[in-house]
Amino acid sequence: MKLRLVMVMVLAAVGTLTLNQARAEEPIVILNVSYDPTRELYQEFNEAFARHWLAESGQAITVRQSHAGAGKQARAVIEGLEADVVTLNVAYDLDAMHMHGDLIPADWQKRLPHNSCPYTSTIVFLVRQGNPKNIHDWGDLVRKDVAVITPNPKSSGGARWNYLAAWAFAADRFGGDEARVLEFMRALFANVPVLDTGARGSTNTFVQRRIGDVFLAWENEALLVTERLKPGEFEIVVPSMSILAEPPVTVVDKVVDKRGTRAVATAYLDFLYGETGQRIIAKHYYRPQSEDVAREFADRYPDVKLITVDAVFGGWQSAHAKHFAEGGTFDQIFAR
Amino acid sequence: MAGSKTRHSVLPGFRPTMAFTLMYLGLVVLIPLAMLALHAVRMSWTEFAQTFTAPRTLAAYRLTLGGALIASCVNAVFGLLIAWVLVRYRFPGRRLLDTLVDLPFALPTAVAGIALTAIYAPTGLIGGWLARLGIQAAYSPLGIVIAMAFVSLPFVIRTTQPVLEDIDREVEEAAATLGASRFRTFTRVIFPAILPAVLAGFAMAFARAVGEYGSVVFISGNMPGRTEIVPLLIMTRLEEYDETGATAVALVLLVLSFAMLFIINLLQLWARRSTAA
Amino acid sequence: MTTLSIQPDLTPVTSRSAVAPPSPVLRWTLIIVAVGFLGITLILPLAIVFVSALEQGWHTALAALTHADARAAMRLTALIVVIAVPINVVFGVAAAWAIAKFEFRGKSVLVTLIDLPFSVSPVIAGMVFVLLFGARGAFGPWLGAHGIRIIFAWPGIALATMFVTLPFVARELIPLMQAQGHEDEEAAVSLGASGWQTFVRVTLPNIKWGLAYGTILCTARALGEFGAVSVVSGHIRGETNTLPLHVEILYNEYQFAAAFSVAGLLVGIALLTIIAKAAVQWRLQVNARASASLIEGEMTERVEWASK
Repeated sequence: MKLRLVMVMVLAAVGTLTLNQARAEEPIVILNVSYDPTRELYQEFNEAFARHWLAESGQAITVRQSHAGAGKQARAVIEGLEADVVTLNVAYDLDAMHMHGDLIPADWQKRLPHNSCPYTSTIVFLVRQGNPKNIHDWGDLVRKDVAVITPNPKSSGGARWNYLAAWAFAADRFGGDEARVLEFMRALFANVPVLDTGARGSTNTFVQRRIGDVFLAWENEALLVTERLKPGEFEIVVPSMSILAEPPVTVVDKVVDKRGTRAVATAYLDFLYGETGQRIIAKHYYRPQSEDVAREFADRYPDVKLITVDAVFGGWQSAHAKHFAEGGTFDQIFAR
Repeated sequence: MAGSKTRHSVLPGFRPTMAFTLMYLGLVVLIPLAMLALHAVRMSWTEFAQTFTAPRTLAAYRLTLGGALIASCVNAVFGLLIAWVLVRYRFPGRRLLDTLVDLPFALPTAVAGIALTAIYAPTGLIGGWLARLGIQAAYSPLGIVIAMAFVSLPFVIRTTQPVLEDIDREVEEAAATLGASRFRTFTRVIFPAILPAVLAGFAMAFARAVGEYGSVVFISGNMPGRTEIVPLLIMTRLEEYDETGATAVALVLLVLSFAMLFIINLLQLWARRSTAA
Repeated sequence: MTTLSIQPDLTPVTSRSAVAPPSPVLRWTLIIVAVGFLGITLILPLAIVFVSALEQGWHTALAALTHADARAAMRLTALIVVIAVPINVVFGVAAAWAIAKFEFRGKSVLVTLIDLPFSVSPVIAGMVFVLLFGARGAFGPWLGAHGIRIIFAWPGIALATMFVTLPFVARELIPLMQAQGHEDEEAAVSLGASGWQTFVRVTLPNIKWGLAYGTILCTARALGEFGAVSVVSGHIRGETNTLPLHVEILYNEYQFAAAFSVAGLLVGIALLTIIAKAAVQWRLQVNARASASLIEGEMTERVEWASK
């Protein structure tokens, strides 16, 4: 009896599920797989885009979001997570989507303006109010009395930008003497008490759990904390130099062709470049590419000397191979 | 064997139930786990050894096994004590406590993780107090031990309780009337009787703690070589597109689980035999 | 694993109070240490969850629980439970029937294999399904070609949950049915009852509380699994987030009160579960006491068998 009842229940469950699935297909649903700190940005942007798309084409659309550390997200897409668009934070992870599984063409970065980066950002220091540890530049991070918070460069894209910025600073200071640069990086990471897997985990550790003296943060994340989350409790320190972080976006060809969503996915990314999109981007503290919008919000972004990965590290492929691949400099730092 | 088989064969249903058992077990557990072995076979021995003897892997194993060992030792001591108190003494709220002991079993590990972090972080209730003593709880190996101890708390209590209840009070009384001190009665009469049960619970707690992921990642600092546990290392390796590395680390953990299970089963057999004797 | 097995607990409660308690000082010290330890390890985390949930008032907590994403997570979690628990109940009954009522070679190996998911790290449990059904996995290309999604959709989450919760019912029923022997069933069959009738009329009444107990444990674990599900979920808001994953998401969005509210819901379910479990356990003890003498004889026989 019970057995039969159970069978019926299972069948019923599967049945309702299939129905649910079918019903859910009616309005178009696309999936944007993104990295950690873009949650608030895309929440607002998705609503704006849905309104725009309804007005434009008369179609109702739902944009679903998935957020986690960038490395984890890229791997999930490669393993079959059906993302119509990906909005990640290092070009390397998108290259990986081309290399493992041929999800996008090799020249994906040339398809959209500004190397497929609708916004940029940089890395700044977030310190506690009054800057009690007197931290002003990258050199201060290796002091014995300073505890540094950063996510793990192996799993977080933001942390890779942190790492490269620190490396570029040390390389500049030591005139390219790699042994000393490595020593600097080792001293820096010896000061790191917690290595979260994603940028959001690190923000929680620093802001909510009060661990560490300085947090190597995305500029947008740091502004979110000082302006909205905890005004008056933290302040931003701009180092003497930093890195131009270029988070790329792309349509995942293999997925949109299969699902028939290329038009809407492309429009979604184009909308990011449009004025409404750029304004939402600026509102969430990213640096917009549109010069008009950038001028409007100019007072928000500190003036800082920015190096680029292409100029200093010869692009993401070689940067990744040297620093973050198995046995790279990051592994060497922890190797003893 | 053959004789006993004919004795039981009057009952129907052996074939269908056995077939279903094997099929389901095969589909859900064995074939998926075999994939691990299959992936590992693609590796050469040197590759495997290299992955496994990398300092980072070894450090993760040391931390995970060491942390689990400490956590289950703590649980063995306190578990025995709690079981004793719950079985032998009557006090208000006993039934409630007895019921609550199972909570770590029913509580989602993620919830345990954020709750424990909130308590043991320097901003938390106990964490702040420990911080004033200069002890860092969350984000240190201590935090990992705390999370592991939490999730494996019920095991020793639940294996020891029934055995304690089963011990013949008359034997104890006899020992007491023969002039044995209370301490002597405990060490000579009670302890030998419950030892197998405590050990079985200890082994289960250890096995559970070694595999724990959900609660530990929240409270751990996740630093390679310092506070990175093996399950997290597997996750990280996967996220680096390094399936081979992940497989090698996972396979060793799997073999370890198997060995633990074997030991647990032996201990339980021993426990059953000694209660029956 | 007999962690949660109730079998040996057969002593009548009254016999405990027969001996005079030891010195009150020792007794109360032990009680205070035990209660203190459980207070810090169990009750404090519970309290923290509820206090943090209500930090911003009832309104925020309620809003968090009725948010569309939270409701979607509840639906998905319920769906997973409805799939994983019944199939594991059927499996548990079938496995226990085959193992307890018949003799065959390799029985102890089979029992060990059923135990295996207990001690496999949840991360490995999730990972193996990615190796199997991921786009680059063994069956990935075939599934992709046929448009079947397993990983990063509900079937993958259901599979991972089934893996993790597989042993619960079986491990509860095997010792119970072994202890009860097979004479009753044999009698029923010799009187002409069919196999199904025998099971429903003879076996089921004997094992119903054990079955309920295993089902409760299985349900609790299915509701709360995090590690394995996290690997195969894909974390799509409103689609592939289970309740425990939703807690993590809210936590990472600085919505602490909301995160703890959803966590509070899960704690509430966990509390209900252990209360139900305690009630069932009590019933089991009553039943066990009634047939204590019978089972004790059976136990010795079983141990003799096991020692061969």
